[in-house]
Amino acid sequence: MINYIWFFMIAIGIIVGILNGKLDEISKAIIDSAQAAVTISIGLVGVMSLWLGIMKIAEKSGLTNIVAKVLKPIIIRIFPDIPKDSPAISAIIMNISANMLGLGNAATPFGIKAMEYLQEINKKDSPSNSMVRFLIINTASIQLIPAVMIGVRASMGAKNPADFVIVSVFSSGTALIIGLIANKYLENLSYFKER
Amino acid sequence: MVKIISESLIPVLILVIPFYGLVKSINIYEVFIDGAKEGLSVILKIFPALLAMLVAIGVFRASGSLDLIEKLLKPIINIIGFPQELVPLALIRPLSGSGSLGIATELINSHGSDSMIGKMASVMYGSTETTFYVLAVYYGSVGIKKMRHSILAGIIADIAAILASVFYSKLFF
Repeated sequence: MINYIWFFMIAIGIIVGILNGKLDEISKAIIDSAQAAVTISIGLVGVMSLWLGIMKIAEKSGLTNIVAKVLKPIIIRIFPDIPKDSPAISAIIMNISANMLGLGNAATPFGIKAMEYLQEINKKDSPSNSMVRFLIINTASIQLIPAVMIGVRASMGAKNPADFVIVSVFSSGTALIIGLIANKYLENLSYFKER
Repeated sequence: MVKIISESLIPVLILVIPFYGLVKSINIYEVFIDGAKEGLSVILKIFPALLAMLVAIGVFRASGSLDLIEKLLKPIINIIGFPQELVPLALIRPLSGSGSLGIATELINSHGSDSMIGKMASVMYGSTETTFYVLAVYYGSVGIKKMRHSILAGIIADIAAILASVFYSKLFF
């Protein structure tokens, strides 16, 4: 998918550029953008490393466990068809906790583990309702510490690089709720029904 | 309230997380150094994707294509009050994480971190994940081949996140 998007952005750009007689501006834009990629990346190194250091402490000291404790009752409600003592529940909780803290690398293995446990219950090549629900929680991804974006903003001289975080938590929370409601409706349609 | 929490977030985290580590008797300094070391490798991973995306956007923008698309979409996005500058970000966010980071970065760079567009781009990037990547990785890992309503529900959540980021940004900034 990204192959086509990338290619067409460049291809359409150059064709439209020829039609508009803007080839010289395009050449300049190519060189400038490549240069900008370097400036931006170098500018990110400091803030990024600082965050990764802090977040490593969070990871090693088990801060995810605290978040997990808060999340547990909510998760059990969202996944009523998973047995409460199933290891799937704890894998889901750890995955979401790690995601919330912006520990993306730590979250993925938990997510895959959760999917494996869910697949043991499901045993089909189409996803169970719980799997789709888990997926939606992951795509709406409520992030309390979106480290990369804080880093980008900090490196570009934001007055307060983290000022977007609460607003972004609101909007992903809204998306999560709407996603789950839509999902509830869709999963019962005969066309999509579990089989 | 929102302002106070936002402003104190970074200092509080830098105080509270190491403190919690100390309480749990972790070698916080050593662990910090160890984690910070990964910074460069993360940047190395981001850099090529950022380069690829910035060049593509650069070409697209310089040619006037972006203006063209914005003109075409104007009637629709004007009705819902969606800023046209954010259209490319909204379109690519569910498809590519690094690509959308590139676009968001470019927006913040050209409009300024504290501009409305810059903030909206940050919120939009931060409030949703790369749906198709999550789908591919998680279903792929257990051999799920049929999608049922996964894509539709995921896209509905994405659209909700994108519209909500614009809505809440206007409300709070």
